[in-house]
Amino acid sequence: MTGTPVPGQGAGPARGPEALPPRAKLAVTASRVTAAISRRAGKGSGSVIGGKIALRIAPDLLAQLADHLQVVLVSGTNGKTTTTRLVAEAMRAAGPVVSNALGANMPAGITSALAGAGDAVYGVIEVDEKYLAGVARDADPLAIVLLNLSRDQLDRAAETRMLAEKWREGLRGTEAVLVANADDPLVVWAASSAKDVVWVAAGQMWQEDSWSCPSCGGVMNRPGDDWFCGDCDFRRPQVTWSLVGDEMVDPDGAVWPLELQLPGRANRANATTAAAVASVFGVDTAAALARMKNVTAVAGRYDVVPYQGRNLRLLLAKNPAGWLETFSLIDPAPAPVILSVNALDADGKDTSWLWDVDYTKLAGRPLAVLGQRRLDLAVRLDVAGLTFTVHEHLADAVAACPPGQIEVIANYTAFQQLRRTIKEAQA
Amino acid sequence: MTIGMSKLRLVWIYPDLLSTYGDQGNALIVERRARLRGIDVERVDVRSDQAVPTSGDIYLIGGGEDRPQRLAAERLRKDPGLGQAVSRGATLLAVCAGYQIIGHEFVDDLDRVEPGLGLLDVKSGRGPVGRRCVGEVLADVDPQLGLQPLSGFENHQGVTHLGAGAKPLARVTAGFGNGTGDGTEGAWSGRVLGTYLHGPVMSRNPGLADLLLTWATGVPLTPLEDRWHEQLRSERLRAVRAQAG
Repeated sequence: MTGTPVPGQGAGPARGPEALPPRAKLAVTASRVTAAISRRAGKGSGSVIGGKIALRIAPDLLAQLADHLQVVLVSGTNGKTTTTRLVAEAMRAAGPVVSNALGANMPAGITSALAGAGDAVYGVIEVDEKYLAGVARDADPLAIVLLNLSRDQLDRAAETRMLAEKWREGLRGTEAVLVANADDPLVVWAASSAKDVVWVAAGQMWQEDSWSCPSCGGVMNRPGDDWFCGDCDFRRPQVTWSLVGDEMVDPDGAVWPLELQLPGRANRANATTAAAVASVFGVDTAAALARMKNVTAVAGRYDVVPYQGRNLRLLLAKNPAGWLETFSLIDPAPAPVILSVNALDADGKDTSWLWDVDYTKLAGRPLAVLGQRRLDLAVRLDVAGLTFTVHEHLADAVAACPPGQIEVIANYTAFQQLRRTIKEAQA
Repeated sequence: MTIGMSKLRLVWIYPDLLSTYGDQGNALIVERRARLRGIDVERVDVRSDQAVPTSGDIYLIGGGEDRPQRLAAERLRKDPGLGQAVSRGATLLAVCAGYQIIGHEFVDDLDRVEPGLGLLDVKSGRGPVGRRCVGEVLADVDPQLGLQPLSGFENHQGVTHLGAGAKPLARVTAGFGNGTGDGTEGAWSGRVLGTYLHGPVMSRNPGLADLLLTWATGVPLTPLEDRWHEQLRSERLRAVRAQAG
């Protein structure tokens, strides 16, 4: 079964943006012109500024554009961009897809991406955690993916549990099917106000944000993979899709090997979630997985690139939960590792979170440290009893590494800077 | 504790509730700086459904969000362990939400005034609506404590007023500190210290860890080679002074 609308949702064939009312059409044109000017001025893709202009002209444009599509929203602290990509690949088995693939995940960026929908039937949209409730209201999605919630940029973001509370309120009574991670108590709390939830055992290595029950405040018990509150009846729900080791188990109990090119447990979890989403739309699991296997890198993440005669694998990790998952997927010691940390606006300006990351997992490897806040990292590694070198430039850090592929782990703006440095060297 | 007699007991209170801002860092730094001097350390992490031991030498309480702060205070009020330890002279450092909890009162996530533990003569309330104290802090420490200026990062809505029984830990030259407008940051009395500074505070101010160790062991400590801490300190001091113009 491919391309069939979900029964009862009445989504007809896509009509495309040409069917929009005049004001919305004008807004779409203005957004494209603005984006083109911005691109020509060398200021990135122009999608955010274009979207902002369009929403100024037609504030309900996002809703109007989404009206022509069968929409899936993807949100969570970590794995949004990759899961969005995997869901988009899987959905292409059913029909054309539009997606904000580059991670512009606030309303302006989403509007801009949807304005380029062309003949797309499906919209697969990554949404920033803080905007999920609003976008879910505007975009009238058929499915919403809730991946995980953990501490991230606490100096400018809402408290983690408050985000779960906002999701819970915003999604209460939604018509959409939620596809939610049963292993994250905060996600379960957020999703359990909805009518229709597909629970996925997607795992969550980081547990430090959910030791107290989101419902009653009691202390959480965590025997094995299970969890339950010691004081009330809040507990892990029954799952229908599971990641078990390297394999996925579907609702019928069929076991699927996940031979992804993307590395790591977290990406196998993302793929399991994506297969569950595809199945909501009637996409055959074999077809969905076959397409996901072709994904090798997502917006530069996991990309292996040549630099100074060496191979570097670029890994993005923005917060303690992300670093923990990343440490579990890198090549074993003695593979060398370069770490780079910034604390610019987009990263959060407080580096305290470095102390939530267990760097002793990197023991036995040559370590080189980079980035605007390399001295914060140096103190952290020193206190962890590790040996390391500190550098201002990537070239020096690479030169300090013994032979072999180098794992490069960086937070947000540090990652972007490294990609620029490498690109300039290749030019 | 006396050197050579037993282990130094380092107690970290409620990591499940009050460890939102890398608070484990202070425990790791105290532990490491003790070990580098040949002091044997036993670290005890006390979860909020466990009893706080009375036999600790150094106690640490970290920062947290508003709801966990209330839950922590509710549980600590029922547990006499920390109060008994402090009254027999144990050392205590409390940060941010923890600093508010060890005072007489604070305002919780439900906008109620909650009683604290009364281990430090301070009272906390909410700051002006719309003002959250977020950013780098630089503060000159009470000369009696003999420490270098403190560098740290603050992120709080609350303000803390000092009573007659507590002295300001420091006076800010950048940032908000206690948020009361008088330039004070943190408070101290006897061997109890409270501060709003994250970083965690000891990562940039290892002298604070040494102060706690000196109080707890009762003997002077051998100096350490603090290459990375010192480089980080000077980089942060430069950045904050440049920002302050």
